This record gives sequence, C-alpha cells and structure tokens, in this order.
Amino acid sequence: MPPTPTAGGAAPAEVTAQRPPAVELEGITKRFPGVVANRDVHLRVEPGTIHAVVGENGAGKSTLMKILYGMQRPDEGTITVDGEQVSLKRPTDAIKAGIGMVHQHFMLADNLTVLENVVLGSEPKVPIVLSRRRARERIRELGRAYGLAVDPDALVEDLGGGARQRVEILKVLYRGARVLILDEPTAVLVPQEVDELFANLQELKREGLTVLFISHKLDEVLSVADAITVIRAGTTVTTVTPDEVTARDLANLMVGHELPSPEPRDTEITDTVELSLRGVTVAGADERPLLHGIDLVIRRGEIVGVAGVEGNGQSELLAAVMGLVELAHGSVLVGGEDISGWSTRERRERGIACVPEDRQRDGLLHDAPLWENTALGQQTQAPYVRGRFMDRAGARRRTVEIIETYGVRTPGTEVRAGALSGGNQQKLIMGRELTAEPRVLVAAHPTRGVDVGAQAAIWAELREARDAGLAVLLISADLDELIGLSDTLVVLYGGRMVARLDPASTSLDDLGCYMTGTDPAGGDELDVDTAAAQAVAADRAATGTPDGAGPG
Amino acid sequence: MKADRILLSLAAPVLAIALAVIVSTGVLLVSGNSPGEVFSLLGDQTTQLGEIVKTINRAGPYYISAVAVAIGFKMKLFNIGVEGQYRLAGVVAAAAGFSLPLPGYTRLIGVLAVAVLVGSAWAGIAGLLRAYRGVSEVISTIMLNTIALGMTAFLLTRYFKEESADGTVDFATRTARIPQDGRLPDLDWLIPGEIPGGVHLNAFVILAALVGVGYWILIWRSRFGYDLRASGANPVAARASGVDARRMTFLAMAISGGVAGLVGLSTIIGEEPYSYTDESFLAGLGFTGIAIALLGRNNPIGIAFGALLWSFMDIAKTPMSRSDLPREITTIMQGITVLSVVIAYQVVERVVERREAAITARSGESEPPPPADPPSEPATAGVPT
Repeated sequence: MPPTPTAGGAAPAEVTAQRPPAVELEGITKRFPGVVANRDVHLRVEPGTIHAVVGENGAGKSTLMKILYGMQRPDEGTITVDGEQVSLKRPTDAIKAGIGMVHQHFMLADNLTVLENVVLGSEPKVPIVLSRRRARERIRELGRAYGLAVDPDALVEDLGGGARQRVEILKVLYRGARVLILDEPTAVLVPQEVDELFANLQELKREGLTVLFISHKLDEVLSVADAITVIRAGTTVTTVTPDEVTARDLANLMVGHELPSPEPRDTEITDTVELSLRGVTVAGADERPLLHGIDLVIRRGEIVGVAGVEGNGQSELLAAVMGLVELAHGSVLVGGEDISGWSTRERRERGIACVPEDRQRDGLLHDAPLWENTALGQQTQAPYVRGRFMDRAGARRRTVEIIETYGVRTPGTEVRAGALSGGNQQKLIMGRELTAEPRVLVAAHPTRGVDVGAQAAIWAELREARDAGLAVLLISADLDELIGLSDTLVVLYGGRMVARLDPASTSLDDLGCYMTGTDPAGGDELDVDTAAAQAVAADRAATGTPDGAGPG
Repeated sequence: MKADRILLSLAAPVLAIALAVIVSTGVLLVSGNSPGEVFSLLGDQTTQLGEIVKTINRAGPYYISAVAVAIGFKMKLFNIGVEGQYRLAGVVAAAAGFSLPLPGYTRLIGVLAVAVLVGSAWAGIAGLLRAYRGVSEVISTIMLNTIALGMTAFLLTRYFKEESADGTVDFATRTARIPQDGRLPDLDWLIPGEIPGGVHLNAFVILAALVGVGYWILIWRSRFGYDLRASGANPVAARASGVDARRMTFLAMAISGGVAGLVGLSTIIGEEPYSYTDESFLAGLGFTGIAIALLGRNNPIGIAFGALLWSFMDIAKTPMSRSDLPREITTIMQGITVLSVVIAYQVVERVVERREAAITARSGESEPPPPADPPSEPATAGVPT
C-alpha cells in the first residue's frame, strides 16, 4: 500500500502525538553465540519525528536495526508498528509493514539508471513489461513531494554521494515506507551534503514520515533529531530530547560507567624508540585524506592504544605501518630506520607483526590446514622454511607449540582453519604473531568475538610480550581493553590524531568527546587542527623526541 | 581421522566413475547402441600392447598441458592460452632444433629451453596485463591464442620452412628434421617383446613425469608454491602476509606458459617426424589440458590418471569406428567423466567439511557459557555490527 504522499497520512507533526507510536520495541533481546547483542531494549518512536539512536561501536545499534528491518530475529520481545504487533521474519515483511532501510554503504547498481535502481526488486509482476513512464512519473512525484531531486534517467555511476543517498531514500519511499531507518547516513557524505540530507529529513518529517537515524556523531544528532535514544552495551539507557542535553552529556551517556584504571605494571617503559610515524598521510578517494599527518612514537615495552569510532583512519593506520598502502606524505621508522619504502614482506622479516582487524578476511586461509595458517606472514622465516622450501615438520612443531601455549581447541594441526570457531582462530593468530618474537606488533581488535576466558589470556600474553620489550600499537573499539592495556592513549577522529591522553587519568567525558569530534572544553565541534597540533606536541614532549628530529 | 579422509577422497573417484558409466550407458541406450559392445571393446583396448603404448604416448602431452593449466588454477588464474603458447613454442623450438649450433645433447637441452622461454614469454604478456592493468587473463589469453596461431603460420612459412635440397618449391610446410642428438631416444627396450604396428614408446612420457615431479615440488613443497597457493586461496590475506600479488600473478602465468611450451614437443623431439609439420603437430591440446586439470583436481597424480583416461578414450576412437560403433561416443564419455568428477568431488568435499567442523566442535569447544548478565561495560567486543 504505497502512500500517495500528497493526500496520504501526511498529518502535521503536532497532532501525531495522539496516534500510536510509529514503531515500538519492547523487551528486545538478541543473543549470538557467546555474546548478547541486545538486552531488554525498549524504544518508542513517535510518528512524524526524527528519532536518533546513538551509541558506541558494538553497542548493538546495528543489530537492533537489523531486527527492526527483519534481517535478524529477536530471541525475545515484541515489535509494534502503528499500534499493531508484527513479526518480521525477513526484510520483505518489514517493507510490507512500511519500514525501509537506507544502508550505510549504498546498495546501488552503478551501471543502471536511477529509475532502474529504484524499481529494482519491486518490478511489477503483471504486466511483465515494466512501465518506465509510470515509474518515472512516480519517482518525479516522490522527488517533488519530499524535495529529493534526482534525475530518474541519470546513471548512478555519474552521481555523487549525496545524490546516491537520495536514490537510496527514494528507493525506500517507492516501496511505500512510512518509517525510514538510516544507518550512519552521514558517514559517506561531505559536510555540505550532510546539510542537504538534513533538509531532506526535515521534509520527510513534514510529510508525516518517521525517521530512525543511527549515528555516533553527536553534534549532528543534536541538530537534527527530535528525540535521542542512547544505547550502551546492548541495551537502551535512556531517551532524551536535544534541548535537555549537551554533546558532553550524550558522550557521557554513551560511554557509561567510570573507566577501569589501567593495571599497574612493574616494568618500565624504555626510552628506546621502536616505531615512529612522522606526518603519515594516506590519501583518500576525494580530497579528504583518510589519514592525516599522524605523528606518533612507540617505545620498547610500550603499548599505545588507538581509540576512535571505527572508520576514522584505524584501518589506514594499520595498513601504513604494514606497508599495505602507499603513503601520500610522511614516513614510518623502525628503530630509527626509515622503512617507508619497504615491502610488507621486508617489514615482517624485520620483526613487525600484525594481528589484522578482520581475521577471516585478512588473516587466514580457510581451506588450508592449521600448520599452513601459522606460517602465513612468516613463510620466509624459520621454522617455517628451510632455504627455498617449506619446512613442514618445523611448521607443524611450531603449530603444536602454539596450539598448546595459546589453548587453541582443535583435534590437530591438519584441521582446516575454517573449521575452528572464531575465538580459536583468533588465538591461533595471536599465537603465530607473538611466537615470532617481533619487535613491533600492530594489533587490531585482538579480542573481538573472543570469549571472556580467551580474552583474559590474550591480554595476559600482550602484557607479557610488552614487559619483554615489545612495542605495541593497539587498535581497538573496546575501551576496557584500551584503558586496561595502554600506556598511552591516542584518539583518531576523521583521520587525525586529535588527542594524546594518559589512560590513568583520562576522564570518560573527555574520551567520549574526542571520539565523537566534540570539544571537551566547550561541547562544541572540535577544532581538529588545534587538537591535532596539541596531540603531536604532547607526544613529542612525553616521548622526549625533539620536534621533527629522529629518535636519539 | 586422517584414514577417514583418505577413505573419503577415494570415494570421490569411485563415485565419479560409477556416475560416468551409468550416464554413458544411458546415452548409448538412447542412441540405439549396445553398451555391452562398447564397454567390451574398451576393455579389449586395455589388453593390447600397441594400444597401450599409443595411449601412453598420447598421455604425455596431455599431462604437461594439464599441469600448465593447473599451475594457473592453483592461483585462481585461468590460463586458456596454453593452446597458443605451446603452438608458438613448438614451431620456434623445432626451428631452433635444427639451426642451433649446439654440440651433442646440449642441442636437446637447447630445444627444451627455447620451448620453455617462448611459452613463458607468451603467457607472460597475459600475466603482465593482468598484474599491472587488471586485464582478465581469460580474455587476453584467448586473444593471444589467435595471434599465436597466426604467428605460428607466418613464422613457419616465412622463416622456418625447410628449403628443399634442389631449390625447387616445396609446398609441404614443415621445418627441417632435428638432428639425432636433439632427439629423445625411444623406450622400446623397456617393453618385453615387439610392439605391433610400428609404434615406439615415446620417451616424452619421462619428460612429462619430470614435469609432474617439478610441479609437485614447486607448488606443495617450495616457499614460492606456498605463496602461490595462499594467493589463490585468499588474496587479501596473502597480501597482508607479505606476498607481492602482482609479482605472483606474473610469475604464475609465466611458469604456466613455460610448462605449456613443452606440450607440443612430443612429435618434435620424441617421435616421427622430428619436426614441426602442420599434419603431425597435434592441435587442441591446450583445451584438452583444461578438462584434464579439472579431471585430476590439479593434483599431480590425479592429472596423470586423467591424462591416461583421456588419451585412452582418444585412442579407442579408431577401433570404435572400425567396429562400426559411433566414435563420437568416446567424446561424449570424456565430457561426462569430467562432469561426474566435478560433481562427485563437490559432494564428497561437503561431507568431509561437515564432518571436520563437527569433529573440531566436539574436540572440546567447552567455551564458558555467555554471562547471563553481560558486564555493564561499554562495547562488548564482538557484537556483530
């Protein structure tokens, strides 16, 4: 039942208060093996409003939205749409219930026109021939009604980010959605496209549609939303209106409790600089660099934690150190030697190890036996090779050693890596990287998806390696992990290092503010240039590296 | 568990053969032929010495061609260009064989080296295009095949054609015969008794076996092979582990082409006419190699069986038509066999995979139960987002 936007239920926002909520989630719980993604979630979205859902990475926002869009089924709880309880088994059920999803990453076919993309999947069954004329009219009509101007006959590949997003929204509206879920809609937009998007959202609201807006950019949320629900650790914490809170309050609500204090260490950080980054810049597809002028020093026996909302340059930082990406500017030094021109293999051979961010994609050969997987990344080094040939016996022995030391649960070394559970795959990867006794370790989310016991074990291994002199660059979305392990904490925001903090004395407020690009002093948008300059200065002062000069 | 897996991997070929026999029988019945007659003729073939020797002789080039294709397959590269690579390599090597001023058996080595170099250079073009320009090797090798055929004809007629002794025009397009020391000796002494029909056991099969051993060592035992297999299995992880993806792509293509260069040498260094002629030089071996690589699942031993089976079916064509049976039936059976093998292995692999996952899960996946009350910490790592 597609709405006719001009005549349909376009009630003004004021009178909607009497109507049942557009969407109501009650007591939603969703468990995945080993983790509870959502726990007793309550969310009430009034019709004709823009309702923001904010929370950290991994807080459970996406899972919740997937439940609402029928991509995941809740283990407990009820979903009510317009006062009627619904059961959403698949996205088509959600679409029928009038719920549409605009995904964070556009799901458009580049080589088709806007019109073709919009009708794709909802082509009329009868007659078989698609009436382009009618579809075109409908798209124009929707565009006019909601202020979403896109030429239906333009090729999607010729469109910019903002226009593509409008196509996504049109696609959802074309299917008759009354409730739109936008998952991190601003992540892919440049600032002026963000303004356009917000104007579009206001237009949708005026026409009586309801918008669910997922974000962690607090200033945006405050400027556009009518109500804000905060999710933390899988559950809804509270719902507030923008006029009763500041960005600082929100950041606080998002991060929640007091941060744990870092565990005291009984070894000293040495003064020997092991890894240093100087003005490391990685270019992006447009003029905004993905990583911008990172200056960072990690000494022997030090763990430097990198905090930040995912997608703010963490992947590029890892790639820059491992030589997987070309640097636009700057250099990477290990032990004072400029390694910017080295290949990934040379870096690994000289003792830079890496726990990749996505073990399935970057770290394993699924169909290969475990002993071939432990060789991965060290296939040019003992005990995995002898001369130009693989040392199969040596590799198997080393694998057995890793299995025993790191408690990998497997019947043997011949099992395919793909047959192991995620936690055990991670233990295997940690094992192979640490057993090589590297001098620098870049570890991204080392305990993601790992059960509590294994997590503690991996943390202990990292501490032990650090005490033995390993320099660790720890990228994580888990603040407990960062605070608990790091000697120094830096924050990445928009590809810049905007803060260098002492994990022992950092307040949660400040951390939350930096991660979301908010100035902890005023609560306004953070001046990243100044913040970045201060962070670099702090790093130089703390590590005793003089401005611009090499390590001593 | 290991014994289990061996048993299961034996199940696949057995299943495949059963499937192939059943479907072929059906085809024969439908086409109005007697399956009994066909199968008994095929059975007779296996007992006749002359036919066996012919089968082995034919299997050699098949084997090498399949190995060339398999090298690409191990890195998920589809070298369809073996056809062009071996033809071009064949004609150049034949020309080198009579014109190279090399003493004694170095002439034989020279011929082999030239064939490998030409094959790998030709495949290397596709490798470079793929590595540095992202051109699909499927497309480029198909195109290069056509160019190679043209070049082969051009080189042969223009430069490599044998001059007739008395200066008259000779219309036969052939290179001059390779001198004795550039040839492989025959292996007839290995066979007890006389081989009927003037057939000789071609020593080319030894070369094929050496290629097989080399292939096995390179891919399964060397560091290079590890990198190559890793790149094929998970290119992203391979790159993160320090493998230079472009270099590997180029090298895999070049090595595949180098092996392909040897395919056509059987009638140049191994048996009559010891030269490149349009009539004696076998065409289509490159495409057959693709089928046999599939049949042998890129495994050096598997490919050997595949090559022998294929060659056996080919050789059976002549007696088939002599007995008034449709010779095409063997071609159909070849096709059915390939399909059966692909299907059978898929089935068995799934069974193995499921069993392995189950066993691994049982091997003490006693992970602690998820906490009833998740800790009130922020951002429990691992929540799928």
